[in-house]
Amino acid sequence: MKYEAVIGLEVHAQMLTDTKIFCGCSTKFGSEPNTQTCPVCIGMPGVLPVLNKKALEFAIKTGLATNCNISTFSRFARKNYFYPDLPKGYQISQYELPICEHGFIEITSEGNAKKIGITRIHMEEDAGKNIHEGNGNYSYVDLNRAGVPLMEIVSEPDIRTPLEAVEYMKKLRTILRYLGVCDGNMEQGSLRCDANVSVRHKGEKELGTKVEIKNINSFKFVEKALEYEIKRQIKVIEDGGRIIQETRLWDSDKGITESMRGKEEAHDYRYFPEPDLVPIIIAEEWLNKIKKTLPELPDIKRNRFIKTYGITESDAELLTSEKSLAEWFEDAVTSGGNPKLVANWIKGDLLRILNEENKTIEQCPIKPSQLAGMLKLLEDGTISGKIAKTVFEDIYKTGKDAAVIVKEKGLVQITNTDEIEKAVDEVLLKNPDEVERYKSGDKKLLGFFVGQIMKITRGKANPQLVNEILNKKLS
Amino acid sequence: MKITKKEIEHIATLARLNLTEEEKELFGSQLSSILDYVEQLNKLDTKGIEPTSHVISLNNVMREDTAVSSLSVEDALKNCPSHTEKFYRVPKIIE
Repeated sequence: MKYEAVIGLEVHAQMLTDTKIFCGCSTKFGSEPNTQTCPVCIGMPGVLPVLNKKALEFAIKTGLATNCNISTFSRFARKNYFYPDLPKGYQISQYELPICEHGFIEITSEGNAKKIGITRIHMEEDAGKNIHEGNGNYSYVDLNRAGVPLMEIVSEPDIRTPLEAVEYMKKLRTILRYLGVCDGNMEQGSLRCDANVSVRHKGEKELGTKVEIKNINSFKFVEKALEYEIKRQIKVIEDGGRIIQETRLWDSDKGITESMRGKEEAHDYRYFPEPDLVPIIIAEEWLNKIKKTLPELPDIKRNRFIKTYGITESDAELLTSEKSLAEWFEDAVTSGGNPKLVANWIKGDLLRILNEENKTIEQCPIKPSQLAGMLKLLEDGTISGKIAKTVFEDIYKTGKDAAVIVKEKGLVQITNTDEIEKAVDEVLLKNPDEVERYKSGDKKLLGFFVGQIMKITRGKANPQLVNEILNKKLS
Repeated sequence: MKITKKEIEHIATLARLNLTEEEKELFGSQLSSILDYVEQLNKLDTKGIEPTSHVISLNNVMREDTAVSSLSVEDALKNCPSHTEKFYRVPKIIE
């Protein structure tokens, strides 16, 4: 019997505002514990929350970028539960009237394009952080994070495989980073993911009983946790059991999901409209103003790159995965770089060296115009492809332009046939045995001759000319 | 509207209250009579009237994203029954 999985993701994204969602405390990450709190965010009696306008704008931007309807009328709600990291005894969230609804994101999974629906995006406040140390009788609470603005982005159960889930997360992260509304750092927890998973026989319309998986904090774990959980559920069913609706925790060390049964309170949040915050009404005019601030989004940019620059779809996908990388590429092209060559060099040498040095594209010491300048020397034959690699490393290390490096180091390609001929003669004269063997059929030796010639010319000989002359002399 | 003992126990659990049998009985009947009282509102004809979540006709009250100074750690922790130099201290949360 063939099974299929039905997956929906709930993603929490910390917004990149300077201050908390309902008070003016800083949201700076990594500060000393309990130094960024005030009576509002630690829940003192008699205080009133006031909405951060930027947080609302960020949520609206995200809604627009994911094809959502932006609610003209929206409000906050209280979600009631007790936990030490929640000072007020309730979280201010949104319930029946979220700010964005009914959108979608397009993903490409294993070559196929697919739309994943977005059910809703709502705003809420983050909780504080609990610290558990040793075997003592206490836990410790840091409330710096309490009140940091979050968006909860809920997908439709449109995802069918762990790979699609990863693609969805990646695309969502790319969009959030393009918009500048979230830094997308999963390791630091500014992007968190819970998954709802069920399985059913293929072709069936009814949904199976779903299980919620929490604590998935990297792309790798999204895939692993879902793979594990799908296998687990299929096995339960095949062994004649039934899936229990429950919450399970992903344990990345053991590579399994574990039931939280017994440790979890009955969900009964008793939502009601937040009386301390007045409703939000979004006027058409404001919405249009926000629309105008949206950057060119990754899908549109990718399609434009393919059309305008004639680069491949996979190159365009890679180059537009980060806004800053796409901008770097375009800068190099507008400085006169051949788009295909620029794409190849970014994909190969540039990303490799940045990766090795643990640098982002923003920290890249090579300017886009410098790569373009080097590629011009390569295209007009001033330097060979091999020399270009050396020049590239030199630009990276010294920050000098390619033309300067080529001149200083005398790296100009030798295209003078007389000069090359001289080098070829020298090599053939020095290696009479090899010449004999080559002539009696050992054609692999051609590479040896080319290597020797390159050595004499310090890599500067034009490889095509070397091959031509060598072939002529040996035949 | 009679509230069952089970409902009282559920509400007590959510509110983290330990109730004696007598208290369950007492609060149960008190809550029932409160609900009966409020129930009178259902006699009103509310056809065509928008549900009210806020009684004042105010909306879009917002602040700019500008940081202001926060409390000192000492002040923040002052009202807390148990704390260390930097943290609130609570009974161990069983993981």
